[in-house]
Amino acid sequence: MSSKKISPLERQYIVLTQQGLPLCAKPYHWLAEQLDISVEQTLAMTNDLKARGIIRRVAAVPNHYKLGYKFNGMTTWDVNDDQAMEFGEKVGQLPFVSHCYLRPRHLPQWNFNLFAMVHGRSESEIAQYQQQIKQLLSDVLQSHQGPTNDVLTSTRILKKTGLRLRVNSK
Amino acid sequence: MELAIEFDSLSQQIINTYQRGFPLCSRPFLQLATEFNVSEQEVIDCLERLKAQQVLSRLGPVFNHMQAGASTLAAIAAPVDKMNQIAAIINKSPQVNHNYAREHDYNLWFVVTAATESELTQAIKDIELAIGYPILVLPMERSYHIDLSFKVCFKPLAQEVANDH
Repeated sequence: MSSKKISPLERQYIVLTQQGLPLCAKPYHWLAEQLDISVEQTLAMTNDLKARGIIRRVAAVPNHYKLGYKFNGMTTWDVNDDQAMEFGEKVGQLPFVSHCYLRPRHLPQWNFNLFAMVHGRSESEIAQYQQQIKQLLSDVLQSHQGPTNDVLTSTRILKKTGLRLRVNSK
Repeated sequence: MELAIEFDSLSQQIINTYQRGFPLCSRPFLQLATEFNVSEQEVIDCLERLKAQQVLSRLGPVFNHMQAGASTLAAIAAPVDKMNQIAAIINKSPQVNHNYAREHDYNLWFVVTAATESELTQAIKDIELAIGYPILVLPMERSYHIDLSFKVCFKPLAQEVANDH
């Protein structure tokens, strides 16, 4: 089985678990029963999906908003293409950056190619993080037009769900 | 800023330990109960409480959308007076799993997912048609850090600042 391809049984696994595992002493027993395979096979399948990068981790997913992290900022940067990879890596290592991506520019509407998401408990915390990233990128920032960087703070969460695979889709 | 909910030390340990992952074995909570020096049932009860308080949104596998199908970030510059209306149309799509309002000309930012690239392209076209505004499509070209877990600091903000100085 190639790493990206998902078998019908694995698809069933995803559909059964994408909303979470049941909170009981033996959650994989429940899953094994649903999949009609043994608990050992279920655990092996979980390990395999993890090894192939389809499952990132099996974990508790906290609602950061409820934990006081009410502010998030999508910081966006216009970084020299030759050094974007190297500096993207560096920004991604910062402890307050939860994810960091390189994305295409759409000139003239959109000139930023590096995105780094930061989370904080106050607006000033977000501003402080933006400054720290700016310092790190000071030598590689450029300006196709207008500003070299921006921060888009979220004002409202309009929708947030986990992965939703339909049962019958291929 | 004070947290609205008070967390006992077991809750704090559970939140910071479990968001990185729990052990892959038939009784994952028993293993951590031993580590925390409590019973398996106490761990489960605590998790149930945190879920009821919506502090935990779910517990289980976290899937990588990139591996499980196709997805992209997308943005729209919606006129402010039509923002809610447009957001409602976007949210109706089962293929949209995040949608945030942000302070910018591009004020609606959402993630579209699909089983394949061609279905993704079609989904974006469909949304564009339904709302009547062009969508800025910003697929990931490279990711550097996609771990959404981070250590939660339970100290009140003021105290944390005081300690830093």
